[in-house]
Amino acid sequence: MVEQGTFRVKKGLAEMLKGGVIMDVTTPEQAVIAEKAGAVAVMALERVPADIRAAGGVARMADPKVIEEIMEAVTIPVMAKVRIGHFAEAQILEALGVDYIDESEVLTPADEMYHINKDAFKVPFVCGARNLGEALRRIAEGAAMIRTKGEPGTGNVVEAVRHMRTMMTEIRRVVNAPEDELATIAKEMGAPYELVLQVKKAGRLPVVNFSAGGIATPADAALMMQLGADGIFVGSGIFKSENPEARARAVVRATTHFNDPEVLAEVSRGLGEPMAGLDVTTLKEEERMQLRGW
Amino acid sequence: MRIGVLALQGAVTEHIDAVTRCGARAVPVKTTAELHEVDGLIIPGGESTTIGRLMVEYGLDQVIKEKAADGLPVFGTCAGLILLAEEIAGHEQPHLRLMKVRAVRNSFGRQRESFETDLSVPVLGERPFRAVFIRAPHIDSVGAGVEVLARVGDRIVFARQGHLMASAFHPELVDDLRIHKLFLEMCSA
Repeated sequence: MVEQGTFRVKKGLAEMLKGGVIMDVTTPEQAVIAEKAGAVAVMALERVPADIRAAGGVARMADPKVIEEIMEAVTIPVMAKVRIGHFAEAQILEALGVDYIDESEVLTPADEMYHINKDAFKVPFVCGARNLGEALRRIAEGAAMIRTKGEPGTGNVVEAVRHMRTMMTEIRRVVNAPEDELATIAKEMGAPYELVLQVKKAGRLPVVNFSAGGIATPADAALMMQLGADGIFVGSGIFKSENPEARARAVVRATTHFNDPEVLAEVSRGLGEPMAGLDVTTLKEEERMQLRGW
Repeated sequence: MRIGVLALQGAVTEHIDAVTRCGARAVPVKTTAELHEVDGLIIPGGESTTIGRLMVEYGLDQVIKEKAADGLPVFGTCAGLILLAEEIAGHEQPHLRLMKVRAVRNSFGRQRESFETDLSVPVLGERPFRAVFIRAPHIDSVGAGVEVLARVGDRIVFARQGHLMASAFHPELVDDLRIHKLFLEMCSA
């Protein structure tokens, strides 16, 4: 029997993206640059997170025209973002045939209580998380891929590091706990017991976990890979920098050879100015995208 | 026996786990030096454009071609099939051109159309193989010496040419080890 949209098929695409870099793009030309640089997928957007921050107002799903033009320009998978809880935007993206939907805190949330029931879709979803409990809640809703949130549009890796370290520390805690403590741990984390048990048995998250939110240099990418990321999302970091082409290639190479300092030294050389960074401590609470999602 | 899994990008750990569960030793391969130390090579699923470009950038493509010409068994899954093909329909991208087959990329559609199915693979016996196809390619023509091992409808999805083998689906994503065992037999022959 032929079955489409099974969890194995959804999760499987994320597994094929491992060790790779997914880049935010806003035009077909940028998508082609990303593909040529070795990106494993692109995220089609109207604005990169740094510009969403600057523009203010309500950030929504991109115009289907923009997404379709990008889908036509490249052969690698194309992802696109919907607002948290906005299942109608997700239905539109599924109808367009995008390969992965990002239910993303970068856009303005549409529902402050409930995320999308992602099991209802054939297209897989990736969701952001700051800790293990949040990741497992998203997986319970049907997410087939997780990315730690970081703080998007800042070019500052500090929050990405915080979230990846938190995730890994909490996974280790679950793995090392005796089984009779798991119900209490699940309650504390606000995570389904069955998924906590799965983490204990597998020693890792049940799905692929990429790092996102503040990665701007090849060294940032290597840092996140060494901290345990399965791959890298770069949002504003590529096309807000002085030389996107060279930087994109360098981030790809750094992600592959994250544990080889000689390669890292070579690829980090002469890339021009990175994107301007933001000190995360100067952000007001309502400006912190990572706090969106529940 | 040491089996290398090309570790530039993609489902590397899944293949390493599968080979390990078969009782052989599996190592990730990122450099030309590491390529010289393996008795068989698996090119995993991933993005064929990404893996192809990185392979050329690091000079791995030349060494893989030389070793394969000397008889090194190579097994490619999904992106690996595309990279092994002599020709890729409608695309100019770096690849190895080792197997006399023509590959068609994303031939079953986008992710929405990705699927799993029970596949009849006579070389494995009567029990079907649960095959997972993810934005999968297929082979639309084969040259002399290529043995077709399985089809979905009329599309070729699994083929072998002497010591080279390619599948459009992902045996590394299921618990059934028969295809990995088949490749290990080719490596010890």
